[in-house]
Amino acid sequence: MSNALMNSLLPETNANFPQLKPGDTVRVHQRITEGRNERIQVFQGVVIAMRGGKSAGATYTVRRTAAHGIGVERTFPLYSKTVDKVEVLRNAKVRQAQLYYLRERSGKSARLKEKRFIKS
Amino acid sequence: MRGILGKKVGMTQLFDDSGEVIPVTVIEAGPCTVTQVKTTDSDGYNAIQIGFEETAERKLTKGQRGHLAKAGAANLRRLRELRYEDAPAFSAGDVIKADIFEEGDFVDVTGISKGKGFAGTVKRHGFAGGPKTHGQSDRHRAPGSAGAGTTPGHTFPGMRGPGQMGNKRVTVQNVKVALVDAERNLLAIRGAVPGARGSLVLIREAVKKPKQA
Repeated sequence: MSNALMNSLLPETNANFPQLKPGDTVRVHQRITEGRNERIQVFQGVVIAMRGGKSAGATYTVRRTAAHGIGVERTFPLYSKTVDKVEVLRNAKVRQAQLYYLRERSGKSARLKEKRFIKS
Repeated sequence: MRGILGKKVGMTQLFDDSGEVIPVTVIEAGPCTVTQVKTTDSDGYNAIQIGFEETAERKLTKGQRGHLAKAGAANLRRLRELRYEDAPAFSAGDVIKADIFEEGDFVDVTGISKGKGFAGTVKRHGFAGGPKTHGQSDRHRAPGSAGAGTTPGHTFPGMRGPGQMGNKRVTVQNVKVALVDAERNLLAIRGAVPGARGSLVLIREAVKKPKQA
């Protein structure tokens, strides 16, 4: 019962919040408040890890390759209020739950194969 | 003093409006029934006795059942007394719910801490222990010296040493109430609270209220 009680306190995810999977290429729109100004910052990359399952502290890590082949990773809380929306651009076929091997790769070898099936 | 009994459910986290994570302890608080009212006239001081957690009739003694029946309360397992200046305003049988607190209130939470058994000084008092290398034997977690020699000839009282750790009444003061859900009798309190999950906690208005900024 205690678990049910705790789960009931989980923040609701947006209805339009997609189910993420490792290997997905996503655009994360995050609201950033600077003083009084609020703007949206977009972070686009590959989901390389989902941690924490369905717990309140669950996170996902997005990796992108910035200028000069520098890898940038950001970890977002799954239930973060500052994330406005997440768009899934691509699903990839991956065989690992955590794609940390992408860290050692760049260029051609860092590509992921797209999933080929029609989503219903 | 406002107060309520509850059962620790566990810890989780919430997000505040700015999106920051607040670690919270969830407590199933109340509903508590006032089982006895003590006033200056009747007992020399003002207090209320509150009961929490229903139990089977056979688990209570006849005396306890009689006491609860007098207040018209259910078979409650836990009774605690709270000093309460406004005690005459209550009558036996009144129900106290989690909504006596609101978000942002500062409270003190009392519980029985988790027992660690007979613990050494390293665990119990944070002593550094001895060196791990350079030919040490049996000195790794030793407490070190307990004082001088022939003068004074004894160990000073209050010297920290090994002993029972935990399983002791502990109060955390000035913790903020992060969430109140009176319907489901839930309180979320910022930070950690003494005790194991499922153990009884007493939540009271903070004695040392922090200055309002």
